[in-house]
Amino acid sequence: MKRTFRIGGVHPNDNKISKNAAIEVFPAVETAYISMAQHLGAPANPVVAVGDKVKVGQVIGEPNGFISGYVHSSVSGTVKAVEPRADIAGNPVMNVVIAVEGDEWCEEIDRSTDIVRECSLTCEEILARIKNCGVVGMGGASFPTHVKLNPPKDKKAVALILNGTECEPYITSDDRIMRERPVEILIGAEIMKKVLGVDKCYVGIEENKPEAIASMSAAAEKFDGIEVVVLKKKYPQGGEKQLIDAIMHRQVPSGALPIDVGAVVQNVATSLAVYEAVQKNKPVIDNSVTVSGHCMASQHNYLVRVGTPISKILEVAGGLPENAAKVVSGGPMMGKAVVNLEAATVKANGSFLIMTAEETVRKRESNCIRCGKCADACPMGLEPYLLNKLARVGGLYDELEKERIFDCIECGCCLYTCPSNIPLLDLIRINKAEVMKIMRSRPKK
Amino acid sequence: MNKLIVSPSPHVHGKQSTNSIMMDVVIALLPATLVSVYAHGLNALMLALVGVVSCVLIEWLIQKFIFKNTVGWCGSAAAVTGLLLALNLPPTAPWWLVVVGSIVAIGIAKMTFGGLGQNIFNPAIVGRVFLLISFPVLMTSWDASGSWFAVDAFSGATPLGAVKEGLANGLTLSQITADNMSFSEQFFFSTGGSAGELSSLALLVGFIYLLCRKVVKVTIPLTIIATVFVMCGIFHLVNPELYTNPVFNVFQGGLLLGAFFMATDYVTSPMSTKGQIIFGVGIGVITVLIRYFGAYPEGVSFAILIMNCVVPLINKYCKPRRFGEAK
Repeated sequence: MKRTFRIGGVHPNDNKISKNAAIEVFPAVETAYISMAQHLGAPANPVVAVGDKVKVGQVIGEPNGFISGYVHSSVSGTVKAVEPRADIAGNPVMNVVIAVEGDEWCEEIDRSTDIVRECSLTCEEILARIKNCGVVGMGGASFPTHVKLNPPKDKKAVALILNGTECEPYITSDDRIMRERPVEILIGAEIMKKVLGVDKCYVGIEENKPEAIASMSAAAEKFDGIEVVVLKKKYPQGGEKQLIDAIMHRQVPSGALPIDVGAVVQNVATSLAVYEAVQKNKPVIDNSVTVSGHCMASQHNYLVRVGTPISKILEVAGGLPENAAKVVSGGPMMGKAVVNLEAATVKANGSFLIMTAEETVRKRESNCIRCGKCADACPMGLEPYLLNKLARVGGLYDELEKERIFDCIECGCCLYTCPSNIPLLDLIRINKAEVMKIMRSRPKK
Repeated sequence: MNKLIVSPSPHVHGKQSTNSIMMDVVIALLPATLVSVYAHGLNALMLALVGVVSCVLIEWLIQKFIFKNTVGWCGSAAAVTGLLLALNLPPTAPWWLVVVGSIVAIGIAKMTFGGLGQNIFNPAIVGRVFLLISFPVLMTSWDASGSWFAVDAFSGATPLGAVKEGLANGLTLSQITADNMSFSEQFFFSTGGSAGELSSLALLVGFIYLLCRKVVKVTIPLTIIATVFVMCGIFHLVNPELYTNPVFNVFQGGLLLGAFFMATDYVTSPMSTKGQIIFGVGIGVITVLIRYFGAYPEGVSFAILIMNCVVPLINKYCKPRRFGEAK
């Protein structure tokens, strides 16, 4: 029987309409806008100045603290500006703006397509390469990978889990890399296994990607201790805690980390980035991005250089149709609506989704009929209707904390399923932030 | 240049709406309604129509002139109450009886609490119980002479009523023989009882439709029926001359109608599975106690109302299993 997580979940139409579009190399841009905040944690410090010549793969931002990361130039050319620019949400972020001239790469990067399996580096050297190449979680959270692969000494990993679930509707970029580059992904996994000191690696893939399952399974036969696990299609299976539950049948307790149950989860795209960093010395300068939507004339998966303006991607993909009403970065369940189309891509951008008003407009809210569907759908076992009621009273933060609002993973299942269209997640999000602020302000025991 | 919408996630929504759910319930009640029209003719059809129209109209009037707000008002929810109320009356009842019931169900049981989603008690049952107490004769006369098709014209007490009356007169069950029915008679069609109670099969078809449409879950009806079956089984084994058999108790009276369509009302039933099991067992136990030991031959309505009272308490103490608490 196919496995899945045990609590809640919903089944949105998966709409994988771009699954048969092979990854195309996106054409070169004239100007690249490279953000210094491409990872969770402190933004990087720019280390180039206006007028500097840079090559592809050259460091242009250095980490600023433990949880931070390197940023590299994705193009070759001249630095035109180092200035704050609006990101996709409209917030100012420091950018290095580069006028593109040719495509000259740093010499130490291996640009051949030969697959290199042999790795003689020590664990410390591997971690250093991952850090120096600016690898972050490519599933969307963009947590620095070298930090995640280096858990505290008192905690022991048991298994590495590769996340190939791609449970969000529409997105197919992970599906494509699993079909096109399975061996490289698994070499990345082998390297991470070595660093973590674990014998076992599971690759979780949902059943709606039979081609990816086939290609990854075939590739896995040549590796020791790597098992492809076919999972039922259910959202949010790609949630870290849900995936661990589905594959290892272990639930990460509230407030704990996956490593506390012996698991380390990495996205398949991250694994590919680890391979390129360690075996090819190639920093994260590009990533695969799905551009999809029923209103678009054609569906695409592109290999896009970091720093490409979203407007440019949409233009190349066929242009925004008349009836396009929303551009979402990420999937329709957890993605963010793009405020600023002139913003450029970052490492963890996996998809841009174009939706019409009919597909996405929220309907009018009506009375709660206490159907309990939100509680049935919640993958964390919370009661969204109750959190909503408490939130609307206002100020009941102690009660909200008792009802474990801080466990919410903001997957959107409650709002998706609510027949009365109550903005459950909106209210939970606002109040969760408030409750967590209160919790952090308490003196630690 | 396109003007783009910016809103928080999720950006898509599931297909179900309050309106689609309520319309599904109406559809699920149609087989039972059709059976009552088949058995009792125009009067049964009239009751169903008057029930739906009066409930919808009363709710709209209250929304319009007292709440002064008809935005987001859900007429199909009132229609469900109206249809359920009609199915809970004798098929030969006069039209004004269902109007009075509608006024109580919607006006008192639902709207005084604030309308849709706010009521503590199931409105249709409050309407029925009000009529049962206020018009006991009309509510228990089962004259089927108005039938179009003259299907085994039946008049007199329901089987449950006959048992109660016989036992009160000192007879034993083998002398009464009212519970001595064939299974097919009980399952497919029997002529005694409220409009909606005639065919267990019609009710089951409607309920399966609701299950397929993912409108209700099987938990509450299953626990009610299982509880009644087990409890009646034990009593029947102890003294078959005094206590009717479990199959008879499951298929007779309003048990299936109540278990499938009234105890599963979202608003007045618990949220968590654990809570729903407690709720179902409670309804089953109280139903059996009333049927065996109470003054009324039938107890499903009272059982549901009593358990409705404790739903807030059940919700407070029966939390769903939180993530991370599994073994």
